[in-house]
Amino acid sequence: MGEPTTDRPAARTAAPALSSLRGFGEMRHLGLLGALAILVVVGLVTRPANFATASNLVSILSLAATIGVITVGATFVIIGGGIDLSVGAVMALASVWATTVATQSFGPVVMAICAILVGTGAGLVSGLLIAYGRMVPFIATLAMLVAARGLAQRMSDRKTQLIQPENSFIVELSTTRVLGIPMLVYIFALVVVLGWILLNRTTFGRRTYAVGGNPEAARLAGIDVRRHTMLLYALSGLCCGIAAVLIMARTTTGSSTHGDLYELDAIAAVIIGGTLLTGGRGTIVGSILGLLIFTLITNLFILNGLNTSDQLIAKGLIIVVAVLLQRRNLKERAP
Amino acid sequence: MLVMKGIVKQFPGVRALDGVDLDVRAGEVHCLLGQNGAGKSTLIKVLAGAHQPDEGTIVFNGKEVRPGSPIDAIRLGFATIYQELDLVDGLSVAENIYLGHEHSTFGFVNRAAVRAAASEVLTRLGHPEIRPSVEVGRLSPAAKQVVSMARALSHDARLIIMDEPSAALAHDEVANLFRIIRELTAEGVAVVYISHRLEEIREIGDRVTVLKDGRTVAVGLPARETPTGQIVSLMTGRNVEYVFPPKTGRSAGEEVLKVENLTAPGVFADVSFSVRAGEIVGLAGLVGSGRSEILEAVYGARSASGRVLLDGTPVRRGVVGTVRRGMGLAPEERKAQALLLDQSVTANITLGTLPEFAKFGWLDRKRERSEAKRLAEMLDIRPPDPERPIRTLSGGNQQKAVLARWLLGGRKLLLLDEPTRGVDVGARAELYAVIHDLAKQGIGVLLVSSEVPEVLGLADRVLVLREGTVIHQGEAAELDEHRVLDMIMNGRAA
Repeated sequence: MGEPTTDRPAARTAAPALSSLRGFGEMRHLGLLGALAILVVVGLVTRPANFATASNLVSILSLAATIGVITVGATFVIIGGGIDLSVGAVMALASVWATTVATQSFGPVVMAICAILVGTGAGLVSGLLIAYGRMVPFIATLAMLVAARGLAQRMSDRKTQLIQPENSFIVELSTTRVLGIPMLVYIFALVVVLGWILLNRTTFGRRTYAVGGNPEAARLAGIDVRRHTMLLYALSGLCCGIAAVLIMARTTTGSSTHGDLYELDAIAAVIIGGTLLTGGRGTIVGSILGLLIFTLITNLFILNGLNTSDQLIAKGLIIVVAVLLQRRNLKERAP
Repeated sequence: MLVMKGIVKQFPGVRALDGVDLDVRAGEVHCLLGQNGAGKSTLIKVLAGAHQPDEGTIVFNGKEVRPGSPIDAIRLGFATIYQELDLVDGLSVAENIYLGHEHSTFGFVNRAAVRAAASEVLTRLGHPEIRPSVEVGRLSPAAKQVVSMARALSHDARLIIMDEPSAALAHDEVANLFRIIRELTAEGVAVVYISHRLEEIREIGDRVTVLKDGRTVAVGLPARETPTGQIVSLMTGRNVEYVFPPKTGRSAGEEVLKVENLTAPGVFADVSFSVRAGEIVGLAGLVGSGRSEILEAVYGARSASGRVLLDGTPVRRGVVGTVRRGMGLAPEERKAQALLLDQSVTANITLGTLPEFAKFGWLDRKRERSEAKRLAEMLDIRPPDPERPIRTLSGGNQQKAVLARWLLGGRKLLLLDEPTRGVDVGARAELYAVIHDLAKQGIGVLLVSSEVPEVLGLADRVLVLREGTVIHQGEAAELDEHRVLDMIMNGRAA
């Protein structure tokens, strides 16, 4: 490739330019990290004895893992210019389907595969309706939310389904610890890493930005926008399926009430992380930081014995502040 | 009644209006003529209060005025009917007519009064059959035009500006439009009428003002008596020098594209032509003549009957397929249709050929960057840093990036729609050279431009379009700007 004389300076100029391109993203990440740091300080000051303990950190991460996996999928959908409201309900449906007596008889591996297939299938249906049925994403996934929740209630007869002792392998995902950290946190981390790679290092990721940023330009550049849109929702469904396995591990149950309002937490995390609801821009790292901020707030409120209503108010305020700051960043970006 | 003097409007990089004079008398139809980019649209936006002039004066009924906003302009009695209708589809006819000045008491709209008033205005316009309660989105384009007009009338406008009002209308609707205009002028209303169709100007116009390159070149010519030749030469005699590369060093090879009887009802009909490798074929015609639509149909982005063959085999509909077969399109609206403004120059260049930079979906970003760098250097994209966000580049350099996109992956045919729109003169010459080089490499080029000299200067062969049909097809060398404009505007095939 090229003579070294032209190649080397090219690489050298490209590197700082790249960081300047991502600069605003990283600056905002700095802001998010700053917010996290403030919350940590608040934790250390108000609950010096309980906050910085290993068990508390593990519980924060375990709490974040389930919604975290969903947030990765939601980040793709939102960068791609869509929205998925059905995530919590689809996760519940997957958890119920995987814990029926029939599924449980096949053992834990089939249960996990079942949850993932159900999630992906539900996402695919939403994706088909949106991409080929030309439905508005908000409406199609709202319909999926209602229907999936209903189907989950029907299948479970509104009862909580316990994971049988012979399938305790799934529960062990949350009880088995490696280096003091439960397996499900590793699964969460793996999903984040894979999601980051998919978004930043593959044609799929590049197309996601293109489809969300300017669908018409993407279409005229020869990208199959509809197929890609469909795949984005399937990916979101896949993440819901994985999240279903995690919540089954944590709660030892499958239930139609799992994941209530998860869609709002996931979307809020993505927005706080700097992804625009209009699509075309955003990062996985930002979404995860946004989620950690949310989870940390929950944790601090619990540690300090404050009630959940105040916690919701605080979260609402944080969303507003994050979006206002984002808008300021956008203005600075404008040429 | 209205006198504009020395109006100057500067946009970043462009002097859109460079000293325009206009005087309009009460009760006349004053026609505004000029080629695309001559400054007509900017001028009417100044009158509509959408743009504020940098220099110059506007005197209306003896008083100097400065419409600082659309509301100001409306209060002065100026009403504008835009080319793209500015109606709200989801509201009713009556609500559209009175949008912004509803009859209301304490904020409550008096619906009955609004409907009655709307119905009265519509009757006056000769269209009592349009019901005020109907949603505007359900109306035909012609009926929407009437609603637009009704809105102008509802303001008691003294000066109505019409930007190509006949473009969306069928023949008999145009007659009705003229009847309405005559009634208005009989009441002393002045009409500024913009159209490309000379025969309309002869029929309805009283006087003509010609704009060229942001300047007035003729004020108040009699609309009926001025010979066509004089008007056309006023429009074309230009100050901007186009610098075209010589049409040498390239030779037409095999036929790449063959289009047979391409038809999209109501848009274009029975279009047949071919493009050979290394050949530049130009489509000349006005906005609305079907030129961009033909390009889209060839590209598979718009459905049409007839056949499109690439290298002798038919192409299937759908852009995914045509791109894979080796076509590329640089669309008319660069920002809306081609660019990912938030992304880097590199990401924009490689967008059309991503699979070639990937193995099993994994992007080879190093190769991507080095290829983008190579193309950026080749086309002299400035600044020469392909990792910059493309939004920071000038229009000309953005356009080069769009062209660079299709230099990848062995293109056989490039479709260029208005490749120099919004590009300054210097960058134009560079783009011309790039297009010429592409053809030299054996790529077939199909070029659309509103600027006749551009088509003639670049293309080997030219198709002249008027209202969706090809009225002339021949060598560029045998045509001149004057003849092409004459064909475009008068429909006379030479």
